[in-house]
Amino acid sequence: MFEELICRMSGGPMDELPLSALLDEAPVALALLDLGGRVVLVNRAYEALTGADRSGLAGLGCMHALRCDFCAKGCPVPEGRRAFSPVSHNGDIIARDRQRIPVRMTVALVPAADGAEAFFLETVQDMREVSELTRSGQAYSVKGFIGDSPKMRRVLDMIQSVAQTNSSVLITGETGTGKDLLAEAIHKASDRANGPFVKVNCGALPDTLLESELFGHLKGAFTGADRNKPGRFRMAHGGSLFLTEIGDLSLALQVKLLSFLDDRVVYPLGGNTGQEVDVRIIAATHRDLEAMAREGRFRRDLLFRLNVVRVHLPPLRERDRDVQLLRKHFLKVFCERFNKTVKGFSEEAARVLDHYPFPGNVRELRNIVEYAVNFCQTEGIRLEDLPEYILDQGPAPAEVQGPFDAAGRLPERSAAGSPGRGRETWAEAERRMIVEALMRSKGRKGRAAELLGWGRSTLWRKIRRHGIEG
Amino acid sequence: MIPLSGEEIAPRFDLATEVRVVQLDISGKAPLVLDDKVVVLPQASAEVLCRLVLSEAVNSVICAGIDEEYYQFLTWKKVRVLDDVVGPADSALAALLAGTLSAGDNLYPQPG
Repeated sequence: MFEELICRMSGGPMDELPLSALLDEAPVALALLDLGGRVVLVNRAYEALTGADRSGLAGLGCMHALRCDFCAKGCPVPEGRRAFSPVSHNGDIIARDRQRIPVRMTVALVPAADGAEAFFLETVQDMREVSELTRSGQAYSVKGFIGDSPKMRRVLDMIQSVAQTNSSVLITGETGTGKDLLAEAIHKASDRANGPFVKVNCGALPDTLLESELFGHLKGAFTGADRNKPGRFRMAHGGSLFLTEIGDLSLALQVKLLSFLDDRVVYPLGGNTGQEVDVRIIAATHRDLEAMAREGRFRRDLLFRLNVVRVHLPPLRERDRDVQLLRKHFLKVFCERFNKTVKGFSEEAARVLDHYPFPGNVRELRNIVEYAVNFCQTEGIRLEDLPEYILDQGPAPAEVQGPFDAAGRLPERSAAGSPGRGRETWAEAERRMIVEALMRSKGRKGRAAELLGWGRSTLWRKIRRHGIEG
Repeated sequence: MIPLSGEEIAPRFDLATEVRVVQLDISGKAPLVLDDKVVVLPQASAEVLCRLVLSEAVNSVICAGIDEEYYQFLTWKKVRVLDDVVGPADSALAALLAGTLSAGDNLYPQPG
């Protein structure tokens, strides 16, 4: 039935016009639906966006395939309307990995060539990047990066030229320096920007699962493989595949990746036939791959192939005045998010932050500002609003002698507002903050969430993370 | 509990305005349906549904799309969540009773 419909749409037999292959090349998620709203065909970008396999989608009602909020908010397809102008909607979908993805979807009724048969064309654009920019006010930054230091300027200058090549990129840098952001920035600045950006964390999955995740598998390849799976390489066709934590890849999979980089063909598990894939590889690691290669834990030939273009992200402690820029930026972000009116940092708090080494880099600075905005009850973030662990540093610079004792440490009482708190880590502080809020709200989580300025589900998640009994 | 869209499993947990709550007696050889009711919600809300899950002491939720946050919350509360299931609610219940239901199942009749 569906093949007939496709033939009618394309005006000829499927083998004359490979509609499916044609749609696969489109950089945006597309679905063809019959007049009953059932999926006839989806393209590769649709699979990448929803995480669903096309073989499981054929014949399924569109609302079950896409899971868009538009289905319940006036979409003409389930309403059975047969005549309407194309409609667009900004909403969200729930992907198969349970992620909520902001999208802009457009539905159009397309009459067929002979006028007898019509179909719906659904176009779904991934709006994650736009949404993130709008939310965090990053529009004034370069490619999502905020920085004015010479080292960061060099990196930012590189993005455009690196993006224009098709070479593999290796991003190195300490944890929290923004490797993921850089990978996405390179992708977005490249000719592949409209193609998929698919990320795989090589350290997050056991070897066997990772192989199937990357290269896909055929039905029956192993116990539990009840359907074909395309794999991330194929999902990233026409776009970029970001392999983060590449240093955690096993030697066996390193060989398979090396083979792909040589011939650009992927062989799914359980299959003998390869499929050519056009993917740009961007890899990232915080590990020293050269040292690993010397120790025999990373293949030198793979390192050479990945290392065509290398971009090193400097740690925050080497980024001079960027700390101030980032501090202001995150303050704005969290004030908006938590609906607070904190205007800035006190001189003392700013000085401590300026001299803190930030071993966790930008991510740590972000967390510190989030913590401080949560705690701050005045218009300016004071010393006592900062997490105490950052005050437990080595000798302070001369100009900050005031609040420090002779040993160059901040006396316990100076971290006031919290008598008897002692030194605590970020996690301990957050846990304490939650327990205090729960006590103040007499165990009512809704009220506790309000006191903390969080959503209820954020509080639930954090309660769970800290193992606080619910 | 099964969030509903008509007679089918609702495409999204957070957008369901009706839920089917089935009480089973599993002490015997075959599970026995003690109660089977449909609760109509004043508005679609994942948080309201989560509260209902807890207040009704639900131990299994069968749904299609569910946000990671609510999935984690429910599993943390020791509720078994079988998600990414599509098809008629009756078929889901039957498969659950038969012990054959898994996350990701498509319960619509398959061609061939």
